[in-house]
Amino acid sequence: MLLGPVLGLSAILFSIGVAGVLLRRNVIIVFMCVELMLNAVNLTFVAFSQLYGASGYIMVFFVMTVAAAEAAVGLAIILAIFRHKLSVDLQNINLLRG
Amino acid sequence: MNFSHAVWLAVAFPLAGFLVNGALALWRPRAKGLVSAVGTGVLLGAFVVSVGVFLDLSRNPSAAPIIVKLWPWIPVDRLQVDMAFQVDQLSTVMLLIVTGVGGLIHLFSVGYMQEDPGYARYFSYLNLFVVFMLVLVLGASFPVMFIGWEGVGLCSYLLIGFWYNDKVNADAGKKAFIMNRIGDFGFLVAMFYIWRTFGNLDFVYVTGHAPEMLQAGGAVVTAITLFLFLGCTGKSAQIPLYTWLPDAMAGPTPVSALIHAATMVTAGVYLVARTNVLFALAPLSSLVVAGIGALTALFAATIGLRQYDIKKVLAYSTISQLGYMFLAVGTGAYVSGIFHLATHAFFKALLFLGAGSVIDTMHHAYHATHSHDDAQDMRNMGGLRQYMPWTFALMSIGTLAIAGIPPFAGFFSKDEILAAAFARGSDTPIYYLFYGMGVVTALLTAFYMARLMAMTFLGINRTGEKGRSHLHEAPWIMTGPLVVLGALSGVGGALNLPHLVGGHAALERWLEPVMAPAMRLGHLVMPEGSTEYLLVGTAVAVGVLGLYLGVRATLGRPIVPAKEAPPDVGFARVLNHKYYVDELYDALIVRPFAWLSREVLWKGVDQGLLDGAAVNGTAWALRIAGGGLRLLQTGQVGIYVVLFLAGALWILRAVIR
Repeated sequence: MLLGPVLGLSAILFSIGVAGVLLRRNVIIVFMCVELMLNAVNLTFVAFSQLYGASGYIMVFFVMTVAAAEAAVGLAIILAIFRHKLSVDLQNINLLRG
Repeated sequence: MNFSHAVWLAVAFPLAGFLVNGALALWRPRAKGLVSAVGTGVLLGAFVVSVGVFLDLSRNPSAAPIIVKLWPWIPVDRLQVDMAFQVDQLSTVMLLIVTGVGGLIHLFSVGYMQEDPGYARYFSYLNLFVVFMLVLVLGASFPVMFIGWEGVGLCSYLLIGFWYNDKVNADAGKKAFIMNRIGDFGFLVAMFYIWRTFGNLDFVYVTGHAPEMLQAGGAVVTAITLFLFLGCTGKSAQIPLYTWLPDAMAGPTPVSALIHAATMVTAGVYLVARTNVLFALAPLSSLVVAGIGALTALFAATIGLRQYDIKKVLAYSTISQLGYMFLAVGTGAYVSGIFHLATHAFFKALLFLGAGSVIDTMHHAYHATHSHDDAQDMRNMGGLRQYMPWTFALMSIGTLAIAGIPPFAGFFSKDEILAAAFARGSDTPIYYLFYGMGVVTALLTAFYMARLMAMTFLGINRTGEKGRSHLHEAPWIMTGPLVVLGALSGVGGALNLPHLVGGHAALERWLEPVMAPAMRLGHLVMPEGSTEYLLVGTAVAVGVLGLYLGVRATLGRPIVPAKEAPPDVGFARVLNHKYYVDELYDALIVRPFAWLSREVLWKGVDQGLLDGAAVNGTAWALRIAGGGLRLLQTGQVGIYVVLFLAGALWILRAVIR
C-alpha cells in the first residue's frame, strides 16, 4: 500500500477544507468544508491503520459518530439562524461583536 | 486551707458576678434584688479570699513572692509568659484595698443606683472593673498586669459614659480612653525595652536581676522607667495627661469614688512601687517622677480652689493627692507612697460617697420641684448640715483626714511624704523645692476642702423654698459604707504609725521584702528629733491654717445661687477655667489633628488616593484596556477561525520542534 499518496490526498483534502472555512461566507459551505476536513483526517487514520493496527479504524467510527451529531446540531443552528435573519451569510451573523 | 494558692478565686468571684449580672442585664434587667445580691456578694467573696491570703502571708511575713501559675499564655520561643498571679506583701495590700473599699462602694451603689434603669448593666460593669483591677495588682509579669491595665481603662470608659444618652458623658468617656491610650503606649514601649534588655518579663526576674544587668543611672534603665512613667501619667492623671479625670466625673458618683479616686488611678503609683528597683537605679527618672508629682499636686490644688461643682473639686483633689503619691515614690519613699495610696483610698472614697449622698438628695429635691438647677453646684447647696447630719459628720472626718490633721489617717501618710522629700533634699537640693510645693499644696488642700464643706453644709440653705422640704438624709445602705470608711479614715494612720508617736511603722515592715532591693541601692535617712518635730509642726500648722482660712473666706461673704451668680473675674476666672489647659490642648493638638485627619487623611489620602487613584483608578484603567481589547471581538467567525488556525499552527510548530 502506498502510504505517501494517501497521506498526500488527505493533506490536499484538509487544505481545501481549511481554505473553504476561511474564505467562504455561506454557512452551509463552511459547514461542508468542516466535514471535508473531518473526512481528510479519517483518511489519515485509515491509512495508518494499515501499519499500526485496528485502533485507527475505531477512531474513524468515533469521528463519524461525532460528525453525524455535529451535522444534526449544526444544521439545526443554521436553520434557526436563517429563520431569524433570512440569511446564511457569515458577514451578517456578528451578534458577538464586542 | 492555703489561701495564697487559691488567690485566683478572688478574681473568679467578680468574674462570675460580671457574667451573671451581664446576663441579667440582657434578659432580666428588672431583677434588681438578684443583681444587688450577686453584685455585692461576689465582692464579699473576693474580700474574704483577700483576708485569707493576708492571714496566710502574715504567718510568714518575710516570705518570697508566691507565684500562682494558672496556664501558659504566650509560649513563643524565648518569650514565655504565663498567666500567673504574684502573691506578695505589696499585692496583698492592694488586694485588701480593692476588694474592701470596692465592696463598700458596691454596697453604696445599691442605694445610689436603685432607680436607674441600667441597674444590672451598672453592676456588671462594676464587677468587671474589679476583675481587671485584681488582675492588675496580682499580675506576676508586665503583660499580665497590662491585661488589667487595659481592662480597667475599658471599664472606666464604659462607666464614665454610663449615661451615654447624653453626648457630654459619651465624650468624657472617649476622652478618658484616648488619653489613657497615650499613656499605654509608654507602658508598651517600656515592656518591649525590658524584654530586649532582660529577655524576660516576670516581675521577680526583672527586679531580681536589674541591679546586676543594668548600669545604675544608665540610659537603658532611664528610658525604661521614663516610658513606664508615661504610662503612669495617663492612668494616674498626672501632668500632662491629667485632663481626662475631671471630665470623668460625668459617670455615676460611686464610680468616681471607686475607679477615679480609690483604685484605678492609683495603678500608676502601684506600678512604680512594683518596679521600685528600676526607679531606684534611675535617679533622673525618679527626679522626673517626683517633680511631675509635686507640680501636679500644686497645680491641681490651685484649680480645686475655684471649682463650684462638688465633684470637680474632689476630682482635682484626687489629681493633687496622686501627685503626692508620685512625689513619694519619686523620692524613693515607696512605702509612703503606698501608705498614702491606702489612706487616700479610705478618705477619698468617703468624700466621694458623701458627695454622692449630697447630690442624690439635691437631685431628689430638684426632681420633686421640677427644677432644672444644677444638683452638683455647691452654690445651690448650703446649710445641709441640719438635713444630713450623718453625712456631714462623716465628710468632716474625711476633710480632716485629707487636710492632714492628726490623728486622722491623711496626717500620717502626708507627713511621711513631706518628711521624705525634705530628707532627700540634703543630697539633692531640688527636693527642698518639692517639699515646699508639697507644703503649699497641703495649705491649699485644707483650704479647698474647708471651702467645699462650708459651701455645702454650713451657712444658709440656697436650694430654694420648695426644694428645701425634700432634702433628707441618705438611706442606711448608703450611710453604712460611709460609716465604715469614716472609721478607716479616722484610724487608717495606724497602718504605719511612726515611731514618733509610739508606733512600729507596721506597713513599712510588712512591705520590706518587696522594697528591700531598692532600699539596698540607696536608703533614705528620715529626719529625727527636732527636725522631725519641726516638720510635723509645720504640716499640722499649715493644715489648720488652711481649714481656718477656707471656712472664713467662704462664709465671709454671701454666696448667691448658681443661676444668679456673676461670672468670676481676674485670676479666679483663670482658675475656674482650669488655666485653659483644655482649650490649649484643643488648639494645639485636637484641632490640628482633626484638620490633618479631615483635610489630608480623609480628603487627600482616602478620597483622593485610595478612592480616587486606587479604587476608581483600577476600574478606569481596566475600562480603557477593555475598550481597546473589545475591538478584537469583531463577531466575524472567519476572523476567529484565522486566529484559531494561527494558534493551532503555532502549537504544532512547537510540538514538532
